[in-house]
Amino acid sequence: MSLDFEKNMPEIEAKIAALTKQKAADPNAKVDDQIAGLKQELEKVAKEVYSSLTPWQTVQVARHPGRPLFRDYITGICGEFIELHGDRCFGDDQGIIGGFATIGDSRVMIIGHQKGKTLEENMKSNFGMATPDGYRKAMRLMKLAEKFKTPVICFIDTPGAYPGLDAEARGQAEAIARNLTEMSQLETPIIALVTGEGGSGGALGIGVGDVILMLSNSVYSVISPEGCASILWRDGSKAPEAAEALKITAASLLKLGVIEEIIPEPAGGAHRDHENTFRVVKQTLLKHLKILKNVSEWKLVDRRFEKYCRIGRFKNR
Amino acid sequence: MGWFRKKEEVKAPAAVEEKKELWAVCPSCKAQSYKDEWDKNFSVCPQCNFHDKITWQERLNVLLDPGSFREINEEITTSDPLEFKDDKGSYAEKAQAAKAKTGMKEAVVTGRGKIHGIRVVIAVMDFRFLGGSLGSGTGEKILLAAEYARRHAYPYIVVSASGGARMHEGIISLMQMAKTCAGIARLKKEGIPYISILTDPTTGGVSASFATMGDLNVAEPKALIGFAGRRVIEETIKQKLPDDFQTSEYMLEHGFIDQIVNRKEMKNFLYKVLRYWKAK
Repeated sequence: MSLDFEKNMPEIEAKIAALTKQKAADPNAKVDDQIAGLKQELEKVAKEVYSSLTPWQTVQVARHPGRPLFRDYITGICGEFIELHGDRCFGDDQGIIGGFATIGDSRVMIIGHQKGKTLEENMKSNFGMATPDGYRKAMRLMKLAEKFKTPVICFIDTPGAYPGLDAEARGQAEAIARNLTEMSQLETPIIALVTGEGGSGGALGIGVGDVILMLSNSVYSVISPEGCASILWRDGSKAPEAAEALKITAASLLKLGVIEEIIPEPAGGAHRDHENTFRVVKQTLLKHLKILKNVSEWKLVDRRFEKYCRIGRFKNR
Repeated sequence: MGWFRKKEEVKAPAAVEEKKELWAVCPSCKAQSYKDEWDKNFSVCPQCNFHDKITWQERLNVLLDPGSFREINEEITTSDPLEFKDDKGSYAEKAQAAKAKTGMKEAVVTGRGKIHGIRVVIAVMDFRFLGGSLGSGTGEKILLAAEYARRHAYPYIVVSASGGARMHEGIISLMQMAKTCAGIARLKKEGIPYISILTDPTTGGVSASFATMGDLNVAEPKALIGFAGRRVIEETIKQKLPDDFQTSEYMLEHGFIDQIVNRKEMKNFLYKVLRYWKAK
């Protein structure tokens, strides 16, 4: 899927693909220089396009179906992964999955929203919209992490918590509130990383932590631009304006003091280059794991509390 | 105090206005009752027992001993971290209008007071102020009141009336959910009682944070309580929802509320619980 603001990037990519195919069919074909030139050109255009995205364009990239999904990250950055199922209460939501894992030499509890690649997968995981069972499973896993003294890493990529009859009946509000409350006191490091869409309470439900990271083309918002536009502008098509007003890009959140660091995506976005995305994500996670490892548990919880106290504490009211 | 003053104001000279003020119409069952009777009944419909929204002053009059309330952090007000504007105007203007209309500086008033002699810290949300939405000032006041309760070892009571997060403050508003819950978590850790009273409406980001985290969650009858909006759910699941969906009664039935208590009996109920906890 190409995006309408990507200028001639799709054409260059098509040319590269054609030449690569030609080369594969005929190893003697003299196309290497041409391919290298096109790749250079592509990178130049990609840098230009992706360094000046509007907030609404960033939303399109953040939702791009080709971006790595949580299971891709697990495969891409974890050595071992032992998936753990179920909330011990009602069921095993597929909108949030998780388990014990290793990243480099570090043992971690890894938890994340899982969107699907196919319609079938998406039906199973509600397009990454978790039910209360998902949030309760996440909390169960975090408590396990606390017990076994492993840091928690949460991958956030959701349009929001699932708005359904069953979700309400089983206490979507309570499940999220419980996670916010317990995560603020969890006696093990928590790193949260927004990889795509950070959709409101559904994102925050696994998003309270010591270090909050965002990929450079991800977004994080209190309400979807479409939802905001239909309420405040009374017109869902004003989503681009709402996206601008809501200040939902990684750069805005860093400026507002809500996140600690932005992880730069490869030129042209994470969907173009999974390998390099994994590499930089892994590097950044290892860096923070190393720093957090040296902080005592009580100090960690204290600092986390102070950090959240400061958000929205404005001097000149 | 608030509503006695309001009753005096009823002596308006114009006949039309007097006629309007003579009657109160229940927003739920549409039955008419005498305004006097309605007020004496704490804005509860004598016909159907619907508990209408009340102001923070009215709420404190219902819950606290007369004259016992002392406000804290009254200077905290709204701020505009995003400099938010939509096509109808700016958030700054909207906030200013809300302040002028209500005489409040934020959607919540916090302080200490007494319930039949027992000291408590209380936070009361007022739906008139931007729909009781959770902004940075709201979150800050609810957190600071929790910390005040913790330091003085007073029970903490929060009365919620809110549509949820205040989208004009964007991500900062969302983070107030985490911030208020962090405050509540510290009470839990130190054995400070926390009672959440859910009134009409308690939805979205407020139901998904401090409002459902009480040691006791108590609701007024027939209040709207839930996470997602009814329309959004109906559009998602393509089904019509049951009439009693997301009411206090529905929440009680599904295990998220300890008791439904009538407004008139709320103070005595709180006293009963607080006295029980106090007894050693």
